[in-house]
Amino acid sequence: MTDDDAAPLARPASCTELFTAFTGLALQGFGGVLAVAQRVLCEDRRWLGKAEFLEMLALAQVLPGPNVCNLSLMVGDRWFGTRGAFAALAGMMAVPLLIVLAAIALYAQFASHPLVAGALRGMGAVAAGMIVGTAFKLAGPLRASPLGLPLLALLGGACFAAIALLRWPLVWVLLGLGLLACGLAWRRLAPSPEGGA
Amino acid sequence: MSGPEASTLLSLFGHFLLLSLLSIGGAITVAPDMHRWMVAEQHLLTDPQFASAIAIAQAAPGPNVLFVPLLGFQAAGLAGAAATLVGIMLPSATLALLATRWGQARQDWRAVRAFKIGMAPITLALIAATGWLLAAPWGEWSSLSLTAAAALLVWRTRLHLLWLIGAGAALGMAGWV
Repeated sequence: MTDDDAAPLARPASCTELFTAFTGLALQGFGGVLAVAQRVLCEDRRWLGKAEFLEMLALAQVLPGPNVCNLSLMVGDRWFGTRGAFAALAGMMAVPLLIVLAAIALYAQFASHPLVAGALRGMGAVAAGMIVGTAFKLAGPLRASPLGLPLLALLGGACFAAIALLRWPLVWVLLGLGLLACGLAWRRLAPSPEGGA
Repeated sequence: MSGPEASTLLSLFGHFLLLSLLSIGGAITVAPDMHRWMVAEQHLLTDPQFASAIAIAQAAPGPNVLFVPLLGFQAAGLAGAAATLVGIMLPSATLALLATRWGQARQDWRAVRAFKIGMAPITLALIAATGWLLAAPWGEWSSLSLTAAAALLVWRTRLHLLWLIGAGAALGMAGWV
């Protein structure tokens, strides 16, 4: 499963390619785009390594706004600046927007139909699993983290418990555990001249 | 439908503009406030309309933030969809671009590296928690085993994700979950 980590990375040729790639991945993203984004960007297109993907996602996550939309802006901006950012974001949203607008017209008629309701239930269960599987997959590069396995497990476990089990508000978890994690990482890193202190 | 009033569109736009910068973790985190304002205070939408917007955006392909233009659409037509979508995206997109450029230009800074290293386990845990919360509502063994199987296949194989979603839909229609 790590064979693809060794191969060299590629890059998008144009804003058009960004737009079509993000349209393609958004259209596969039933119940959330994250799992598909990881698959397409890291494995199919090979534009980002897993570690890079996780770094971008970390920033996308702490900033306000939809995580995958922030991510698409960051990916597009990396190669083509503002134009690329908006090409990627437009790819992510344009066609799916048309689909949901069409779907809302049909929804009232079909939502209570047992077959439709069953299909939606099954898709929901699979989508949840796809997200969990993506978390496992992205955990691979963490072996190289200067934090070390015990601290990683402690921080990750505490964050999971706070959000999934205790249902604490995200903002407080990010402020508390996020700052703690960054502080611990700071202490493990050698001082750099520009970084100060 | 007769055209929505300009004042409605403007207040939709302004309200979502404000919510944008509060939506850490995604637009769904400010959905309770959208509900309070649009359903309870302004009577722009009914409860079932609000719920169906979220359900459709979850089920349809694409980012889940698309429930926002669906709220706007039901309140004020296509112009309402545009007002809410641009409102919720504009501030956060601007901030995301500024932040990523700031970080890219300072990759070697100790603080930037500490952020990347420190936030990695937190981000992973948040992804896993999202999956957990999405799986929980159905909480039956058949549904949970489907979730677990999907997680394992995504982690360990490169099976196309649409096959997984299709299998989920088929099993759901067959009444298995």
